[in-house]
Amino acid sequence: MNQHPIEAASHPGEALVEARDIYVSFGATPALRGASVTVASGEIVAIMGPSGSGKSTLLHCLAGILVPDRGEVMFAGKPIHGLGENERSTLRRERFGFVFQFGQLVPELTAEENVALPLLLGGTRRAAALEQARQWFDELGLTGLGGRRSGELSGGEAQRVALARGLVTRPDVVFADEPTGSLDSLNGERVMNLLVGVARQHGTTVVVVTHAPRVAAYADREVVVRDGKVTSAPMEAVLT
Amino acid sequence: MVTLGSAGCSGWVGVRVAPGTKRLAAPKVAVRVVCVRTVESPVSYLTWVYTECMLVGMSVPFALLGLLEREPSHGYDLKRDYDAFFGRGKALPFGQVYSTLARLVRDGMVSPGELEPGAGPERKRYTITDVGKREVEDWLDVPVEPEPHLQTVLFVKVVLALMLGRSAERYLETQRRAHQQRMRELTVLKRSGSPVDALLADHGLFHLEADLRWIELTSSRLDALAVSVQS
Repeated sequence: MNQHPIEAASHPGEALVEARDIYVSFGATPALRGASVTVASGEIVAIMGPSGSGKSTLLHCLAGILVPDRGEVMFAGKPIHGLGENERSTLRRERFGFVFQFGQLVPELTAEENVALPLLLGGTRRAAALEQARQWFDELGLTGLGGRRSGELSGGEAQRVALARGLVTRPDVVFADEPTGSLDSLNGERVMNLLVGVARQHGTTVVVVTHAPRVAAYADREVVVRDGKVTSAPMEAVLT
Repeated sequence: MVTLGSAGCSGWVGVRVAPGTKRLAAPKVAVRVVCVRTVESPVSYLTWVYTECMLVGMSVPFALLGLLEREPSHGYDLKRDYDAFFGRGKALPFGQVYSTLARLVRDGMVSPGELEPGAGPERKRYTITDVGKREVEDWLDVPVEPEPHLQTVLFVKVVLALMLGRSAERYLETQRRAHQQRMRELTVLKRSGSPVDALLADHGLFHLEADLRWIELTSSRLDALAVSVQS
């Protein structure tokens, strides 16, 4: 397993993921214009905002997928925006889990192999990786589906397999980008119940991008991105 | 003729629809009562509208009639069952149980049994009549008024803010947060409660979500709305 550069342990309530005044442009189009957000360890935070507001870009920066043009991104108190692609890749694989709108399962692999994929990429032996992967199937209501390929799964099942894949490494942070966006209400609810349930149980931090208030309602709080900036203040500032 | 129970929103409304015939009705008038109460503060407004008043459309007398159709019952047991299924943190006062039962008896929908011996409150076993059963059936058959509350406080606040040149955007953002906070509370209830709790929470969640969609859309139209309101 590769040695990643972030060794600092996080404690509940301490800032774990942070963006400080970050700017990102795609060509001449600005996506983020001075966005800042802090997510504490163990917190579940929803990033909301209209289409094109920059919420997914913010998530990608927090997760080390994108590097901002300006500003800082911190994980566990250490800057990650200056890391090289390989280091960020290792960080993502070992400390982060991902769930996207469309499960993005590898169609040639079985459900079990898909779930085991992050472990296999991290150097875990195949038998051990598959064994760890299987442990998630009962927990996520996927009993008996481990041998199926993505084409043989319903949308809800495929998304729960993707969720298992995001959780299998026991990440510090799960980044979810519209995780229920392709599902009906019932299946979306099931995915969120499972994600939040597992996160609460293991103290996992979750950052979920969504435009759906019902999904955001599973979070401890929401931040709103408009025109590339985080506009929302803490709840206390509004209600007191 | 319209009479409103003393408990305001939780009261029931009798509407005379034909000479000598008393029918029960509630939703529309009850909602208007809610709107009167909304001016107090955003927080009490939300609590009022989205917890207690989810039950207003059902109304107490129909709920008691329905519980009596399930099985004859004493007033005390009726109150206990009502609170368990429909109370949700707002127990039905004994006084309202007995006054409602008295009206239902008067209107021939419920028949009181003989006074039974025993200590404590009045001990009569109430039984639903055929008239009462028809009333429940008719009520279940009639859809709740689908007309949304066009004249809500949200709407009035936005229009007034625009009219006065004040910040409608700030109000909408404050309201959005309050709605989202309430959705979080209902989601917790849904995740931790019984299937019946989840059913009730879902009803609130979908309504709050509809409001939030309206808030989002309105926020994006404020400039055009301001021109329209101020012209």
